[in-house]
Amino acid sequence: MDRRESLKALIIGGVSATVLLDACKQPVKETHKDAAKTPDQPDRMAEENLADKKVMDQPKFFTANEMATITLLGDIIIPKDAVSGSASDAKVPDFIEFIVKDMPEHQTPMRGGLRWLDLQCLKRFDKAFKDCSHTQQMEMVDEIAWPKKAKPEMHQGVSFFNLMRNLTATGFYTSEIGVKDVGYMGNTPNQWNGVPDDVLKQYNMAYTEKELKECVSFDKKA
Amino acid sequence: MDDIQIKKQSKQYDAIIVGSGAGGGMAAYVLANAGLKVCLLEAGPNYDPRENSSQLKNPWDSPRRGASTKFRPFGDFDGCYWGWEIDGEPYTQKGDSNWEWWRARMVGGRTNHWGRISLRFGPKDFKRRSIDGLGDDWPIGYEDVKPYYDKIDQLIGVFGTNEGLYNDPDGLFLPTPKPRLHELFIKKAAGNINIPVIPSRLSILTKKINKDREACFYCAQCGRSCKIYGDFSSSSVLVKPAVATGNVDLITNAMAREVLTDREGLATGVAYVNKMDMQEYQVFGRTVILAASACESARLMLNSKSSRYPNGIGNSSGIVGKYLHDSTGADMGGIIPELFDRKRYNEDGVGGMHVYTPWWLDNKKDKLDFPRGYHIEYGGGFGMPLYGFNWGIENLNGAYKIKGQQKEAGGYGASLKEDYRYFFGAHVGMAGRGEGIAREDSYCEIDPDVVDKYGIPVLRFNTHWSDYEINQAKHMKETFKEILHSMGAVVTWGGDDGPHNKYGLHNPGNIIHEAGTVRMGNDPKKSPLNKYSQSHDVKNLFCVDGGQFVSQADKNITWTILALSMRASEYIIGELKKQNI
Repeated sequence: MDRRESLKALIIGGVSATVLLDACKQPVKETHKDAAKTPDQPDRMAEENLADKKVMDQPKFFTANEMATITLLGDIIIPKDAVSGSASDAKVPDFIEFIVKDMPEHQTPMRGGLRWLDLQCLKRFDKAFKDCSHTQQMEMVDEIAWPKKAKPEMHQGVSFFNLMRNLTATGFYTSEIGVKDVGYMGNTPNQWNGVPDDVLKQYNMAYTEKELKECVSFDKKA
Repeated sequence: MDDIQIKKQSKQYDAIIVGSGAGGGMAAYVLANAGLKVCLLEAGPNYDPRENSSQLKNPWDSPRRGASTKFRPFGDFDGCYWGWEIDGEPYTQKGDSNWEWWRARMVGGRTNHWGRISLRFGPKDFKRRSIDGLGDDWPIGYEDVKPYYDKIDQLIGVFGTNEGLYNDPDGLFLPTPKPRLHELFIKKAAGNINIPVIPSRLSILTKKINKDREACFYCAQCGRSCKIYGDFSSSSVLVKPAVATGNVDLITNAMAREVLTDREGLATGVAYVNKMDMQEYQVFGRTVILAASACESARLMLNSKSSRYPNGIGNSSGIVGKYLHDSTGADMGGIIPELFDRKRYNEDGVGGMHVYTPWWLDNKKDKLDFPRGYHIEYGGGFGMPLYGFNWGIENLNGAYKIKGQQKEAGGYGASLKEDYRYFFGAHVGMAGRGEGIAREDSYCEIDPDVVDKYGIPVLRFNTHWSDYEINQAKHMKETFKEILHSMGAVVTWGGDDGPHNKYGLHNPGNIIHEAGTVRMGNDPKKSPLNKYSQSHDVKNLFCVDGGQFVSQADKNITWTILALSMRASEYIIGELKKQNI
């Protein structure tokens, strides 16, 4: 199998790539079969699969009310815009539900922060956050979304909203929708040929004679 | 509990090798190709990057989006099983010692995920005591190791450029990848303040070198291990071909307990526990070669006690475990406003930096308040978004004008989404990795009170930095600030370190270059090994991992482990032929 074909095989990805690559290699004597591998997750250790299962098997952490609030806040932080969809389009609430089980240190700040928010709304509007009107919700969010100008008595809310913003952003930009939005173009077999010419020009940079002589280069038309 | 039996294997091998990482993999490769019969013990499961790598998975393929776990401290996609903690295998500290011990448990060991930074030691690195009076000289010099570096360059493949630097020797290099955009910025900025930046030297195939391995396809994911064997892992490049000779029996999940000896005091084999059936086994051979990592090899020797070797096998000097040292490390990061709102393109490149800075000063002439040097590794650009990506925007988006507009920090909505896009790819990071002094009072020993789940006594560490390393970290931080300043970058992390936290100097062990516990030397009273990595006390016992290092230079140690292991293996073949062992 030549390089081009093997690259193609890798683009197909997953098991098929492994099989195709295997087909062009010398068979190697296996002296040991591992119980540590499972067919669905060949790259995981047995201990890892077990630990993952434990996390997945936990009952839901957030209540239905909490999840509704997380979904609302997530879509305020990352709404649909001209470029891409919203946090809930990217299933960010599900990610947050998983990650607080995987990283229990987020549980209390999230649960307590959601409760703090509801109590603030109850005092102001006689309703929990999720039952407030959109105008009321945005009034509340504006009290806690701007760390530098928030009132001192709102600082616990600022901490919560920072965490909510960060979890939402990291969940969104690591989703398929978010990766495309932010414009990460890697993670695919390719030929690195250096910084594109127009970009070099933009920053007034150039490769030296030495670099051009010593470095790998590929035919740009290929 | 089931009855415990000891199962003795009747087969007599030429060599029993403990550990399948760089040192053990190379020994297995050389010995097997010379026709010797080898038993290779590995404490973890089998691992073949082609089948087991997470290469080319997307962030959303991991429910935690690539965040780290205790099984994978470098992230869910990383190619190394275990790390700072292993269930059922504790280690302890004496007093306020804070050694951080990384342990890989898998075929190929930690080479499956390493940075592939493949630097030769230079002539000065073998003779440091002669230069600054600290530590000890090696019993060998660059000229002894050079032929092996040459062979390894060709056998394994490494890219780089011949720069004619005396202490960063030229090699037999493959062509280098062109610098990325932020690397051009670094090169220019550092050049302006007379800090050299040269092409990095990584064991990644920019050209195909044999039929078993493909050339790199630039996904930047060497840390996950490579399905097409485009970089060096002991698993794919050494163990697999070694096993293919038919001369190696690879036994996985085999946790070595002790080195066995006969009445004459020679090593006869190794006792191990099979982690799958929890039974006790013994394998026998004409030589025993330790390559379990500097600390595990020392642990194994110290635990191999008998009436003849009350301090542990090969330890009449009492030096085993001592002179333990790691690279120094300190880091800093910043953001380059000139790179805001960059044009998007795929700049993954190889797994790691395309340029680096070798040590450029002279401690004496430049009147530095520390001995030994450090090199600088660089990072930045459009990396794959993973857990933690875009965290902390509230510290960033109020500090700069975004598309000409001054915004309030924090926020939400479409405007916030614009901010995330605006900053992507503008970050840059640098890491100093330097040479600490190997000292007798920095050591690991057997904890008298604690055993692991297999009943094997565990290591207790006693390691501390001295002012030399702290001063070096201070110098790193000053240098990083100067480079970032020269680049027009703003420090975003690592800028607040000072005397209160040793200038951000990482704890010893954290850089994962453990070395020096079973050092070589001409004097049997001061060193467990001779200059061929052979025990002074037990002539058929060898140690070919980082343990044998007298000092570890400001270079990552893998290339030298490989060279010394190849050198020791050729010596073993010769000695076996001559029937000297």
